[in-house]
Amino acid sequence: MKKITEQAPEAEEEAFSEDVPKKRKVVVPGEVIVSGEDYLPGEGAKREGNDVIATRFGLAEEAGRMIKVIAITGAFIPRRNNVVIGRVTDITFHGWLIDIDSAASGFLPLEESPRFVNKNEMDQFLAIGEVVAAKIWSVKAKGIDLAMRGKGLGKLEGGFIFRVIPNRVPRIIGREGSMINLIKDKTGCDITVGQNGWIWVKGENIDAEIKARKAIEFIADKVYVEGLTEKMEGYFENLKK
Amino acid sequence: MAKEHKRPDGRKNSEMRPMSAKIGVVPNADGSAMFSFGNTIAIAAVYGPRQLHPQHMQDPARGILRVNYDLLSFSVSDRKKPGPSRRSQEISKVTEWALLPVVELKEFPNTVIDVQIYIIQADAGTRTAGINAASLALAHAGIPMKNLICSVAVGKQDKELIVDLTKEEEDFEEGEGATDFAIAKIANTNEYTLLQLDGKIQPEVVKEILNLADKACDEIYEFQKKTLKESISK
Amino acid sequence: MSSMPSSNLTIEAMKKIFAEGKRFDGRKLTELRDISITLDISNKAEGSAGVKIGKTEVLVGVKLGIGTPYPDSPDKGNLTVSGDLLPLASPRFEMGPPDFWGIELPRLVDRAVRESHMIELDKLVIEEGEKVWTVYIDIYPINDDGNLIDAATIGAIIALKNTMMPELDKDGKIDYEKKATKKFPLSKGISPISFSFFKLGNSVIMDPTREEEETCEARVTFGLSNWKDQYMINSCQKSGNTPFTKEEIGQIMDLLPKKFEEVNEKLKKFL
Repeated sequence: MKKITEQAPEAEEEAFSEDVPKKRKVVVPGEVIVSGEDYLPGEGAKREGNDVIATRFGLAEEAGRMIKVIAITGAFIPRRNNVVIGRVTDITFHGWLIDIDSAASGFLPLEESPRFVNKNEMDQFLAIGEVVAAKIWSVKAKGIDLAMRGKGLGKLEGGFIFRVIPNRVPRIIGREGSMINLIKDKTGCDITVGQNGWIWVKGENIDAEIKARKAIEFIADKVYVEGLTEKMEGYFENLKK
Repeated sequence: MAKEHKRPDGRKNSEMRPMSAKIGVVPNADGSAMFSFGNTIAIAAVYGPRQLHPQHMQDPARGILRVNYDLLSFSVSDRKKPGPSRRSQEISKVTEWALLPVVELKEFPNTVIDVQIYIIQADAGTRTAGINAASLALAHAGIPMKNLICSVAVGKQDKELIVDLTKEEEDFEEGEGATDFAIAKIANTNEYTLLQLDGKIQPEVVKEILNLADKACDEIYEFQKKTLKESISK
Repeated sequence: MSSMPSSNLTIEAMKKIFAEGKRFDGRKLTELRDISITLDISNKAEGSAGVKIGKTEVLVGVKLGIGTPYPDSPDKGNLTVSGDLLPLASPRFEMGPPDFWGIELPRLVDRAVRESHMIELDKLVIEEGEKVWTVYIDIYPINDDGNLIDAATIGAIIALKNTMMPELDKDGKIDYEKKATKKFPLSKGISPISFSFFKLGNSVIMDPTREEEETCEARVTFGLSNWKDQYMINSCQKSGNTPFTKEEIGQIMDLLPKKFEEVNEKLKKFL
């Protein structure tokens, strides 16, 4: 039973923090969040004269002087170091084309395979339709380069994958992995969470896997709840009854 | 003025039909919304930014906003044959231009943001309802935007200036007939992104029409804002 | 939502899950999701309905027009069922001319309705051999979360049951201003319902979500109605690569009457 939490730095920042109450309110694009020279516009916000304005719909968060707007729904925007889960769609001379459910295709170079793979045997290592957990190495205009060296990365075998709205992933991982570790504990499953919203679950039996998926979907559904980790403890207790 | 002009449904000249809206009506989409003016009902769904095929259509400098507007066959009295018409193609394009100025496409080179707008029930003002729905759907999809877009049709019936015409009012033929001016603007600004007119109208009247549109759009903006915010409080 | 096709992993996992008689959402293999109906989704249609099965939503409208009869049926009105897999409804639907699934959907609804003789086409004649009513049924999925065909058929029959004949003016043209008072001619008590069965490995399921449907290898759809106190299969179509076994067809035949009663009961107040 692994307790690996693969998190991108960005995910850490956006993770739901329950001990430090940050002021949060829902804002629409173009709306003034705060006024004042002291504030710094972060992601999803910009400065216009004296005002800091929202540039997208979401939850505006004030962390000290930094103002950002967290999106609650929307497509996955790939960033360097994101762990993503994708499906092999094609094999070329130089590597594998991976569909990571985003606007650009992912590409896994031959060199990134964990052991030596002969050019003629590429499909024996990774065939079309198979699934990998990989890290985004670089995001270029024409495509996304993936890397596959690291803990928890590589070809995924057994289990299944399913999707949640990508913006809910920080909530599912929890602060320093607290939420995802709770789920792994209670269900006994291996779980890898992709920042692109795709999640891999593998358990000892189908029932454990279904339990893990249900718990994750329950959390993903909740847009904005305080004390979610405690609630989930209660959720699992109730399941036992 | 002798008598207040009576509109068929009893509204004042400057009064819009009751609006209603709902976020998330298409769960599969990245963002979606329904918006209605009285009996005109539009739904919009946004997918993107996503991959654009064929590759030669991609723009390496920015994303592309692709709008498709159409009427469902049974949204109008005389059934509309399925498939895009010239009218729907034109409205798709002007709607794209109406929304474009606020969408931060430079952040998504080589991609497409697809906006699909369909009219379920038509009683005039369909393109304006469509734009309002699309604006909500784009915001719901988390697309970076400078602001929301608000749209309303202001018109003239003979000499009376009226806001948000019904089909009955559009069909008015006495005196100077009916003029219908579809307008969209960037919320809380003086920037108009859609201007389309059919009828008979004197140039000096246009400024007054824009003033009426401004007031109506202020109301629409507050309603759009409220709808988006309420969709989250759970 | 995702446009990613099913991965090998998920297909294998679904096979295992179905083999144990289980599904991710806790349903049994032949259990149907909740159905909800909204009448009159467009006041410009002569009859219309919105159907939700789980998260799948389909809008169906009935319009009536005046046309000429087909040469081989001068004493009958016309029926045309059209539909479009709107790109709005799924990241997998594209703009442009319909693909096979976009063509198949309305055709299956057409056969289920037509072969059941639910519509009394012979009562839709205005002038025999010259002028008849044409019934247009238009089907638009709004959100595809699987099982569009069954949802569309339900929408069609409810829309038909709530259709009113438009009034004609003195020149024989439709006058939409006049209030409709005549009911649309329907055979008493006939409501065709379609039941689609999907196969993956050795399991057969009903009412799949989109995720389930995309892993399945074959589908067989039956249009069923009651005719003179008997259940009658009016239409059938198998699609997809994998064959169905005789045993599976037998099991489906045993299941059909029960499912018909179940759905009929749920829809009773709309029919």
